[in-house]
Amino acid sequence: MSVIKRVKVSFSKFFDKLFKKKGACIGIYGPPNAGKTTLSNRILRDWVGNEETMGSVSHIAHETRHAKRRNSISIETKHNTINLDIVDTPGLATKIDFHDFMEEGMSDAESKKRSKEATEGVIEAVKWLEDLDGVILVMDSTENPYTQVNVTVIGNMEARNLPLLIVANKVDLPEADPGVIKEAFPQHPLVPISALEGVGMDSFYEALAKQFG
Amino acid sequence: MIYMQGIQMDLVSEGKMSQMASTEKVRYIIDEVRKGKILVLEKGLNPMEEAKLIEMTMSIIQPEVFSGIEMQSYPSKEDTSILSKIFKRQGNKRLTVIGPANQLKTLKKDRNLISALVSANK
Repeated sequence: MSVIKRVKVSFSKFFDKLFKKKGACIGIYGPPNAGKTTLSNRILRDWVGNEETMGSVSHIAHETRHAKRRNSISIETKHNTINLDIVDTPGLATKIDFHDFMEEGMSDAESKKRSKEATEGVIEAVKWLEDLDGVILVMDSTENPYTQVNVTVIGNMEARNLPLLIVANKVDLPEADPGVIKEAFPQHPLVPISALEGVGMDSFYEALAKQFG
Repeated sequence: MIYMQGIQMDLVSEGKMSQMASTEKVRYIIDEVRKGKILVLEKGLNPMEEAKLIEMTMSIIQPEVFSGIEMQSYPSKEDTSILSKIFKRQGNKRLTVIGPANQLKTLKKDRNLISALVSANK
């Protein structure tokens, strides 16, 4: 390669790095069973297709025990198109008791194994907080939003000055009350959805583009 | 002599915590909670320290021995002042209660009230 060509390539790479708008890396966070993986799967179904999923879902807590990243998801909204990397994270918790899994019918050995893997998953999720450009915080609209997990995730985003979008999930359930979540964290944008039923997804994608685009 | 049985509760001042580095605070909390104490921190931890506490707690969970912690603090107050917006002031730390998960149970929590049950039974 001639010297001139090498210089041209170097400059090109430099300007690419300087001006190229890289897709933001967004983490999906929340307590166990809030619907994080259901939302991740819904996003993939809507924008990637081909039956790809982020992971399996279950009514037993801590089904997701490893963070999973899907790069370059292109999302089109009325006003713009955004390119995001999405990280589906294990549910955050301050306690994990294997007896809870036994109550769901798991054996002693299975419960202890799941408990061990769940603790590793939480550690992984906490470590990911340092490498993200923003967070989608998924809350269960039927539960009290004032949990320590929610307070800690929101506090970390505020301290790092990173964008946050709160998703009030499970609005298809009769006892859902997204208004309580809005009242708890009025300083952040909130979208009520049902990731399972696909309710409110257009508003969700618009909010996503606005926050992270 | 009267013997009392119960749970030890330590009310920890902001002064005591402010003398410690972040890792020391987390270590101190973990050590005290594992002894079965309930800690009430006057000014709590910052969000990064809370995340570090969750991380360290997960690393020491052992079935039948230690199932983790119960931690509750208030959400940060909404600060809409111009100065806050300009200088991106970090969330103000607020009172925090921390204890062993098998002895401290949150009954009710909202923006300005934390109601908890402390049990002597492990």
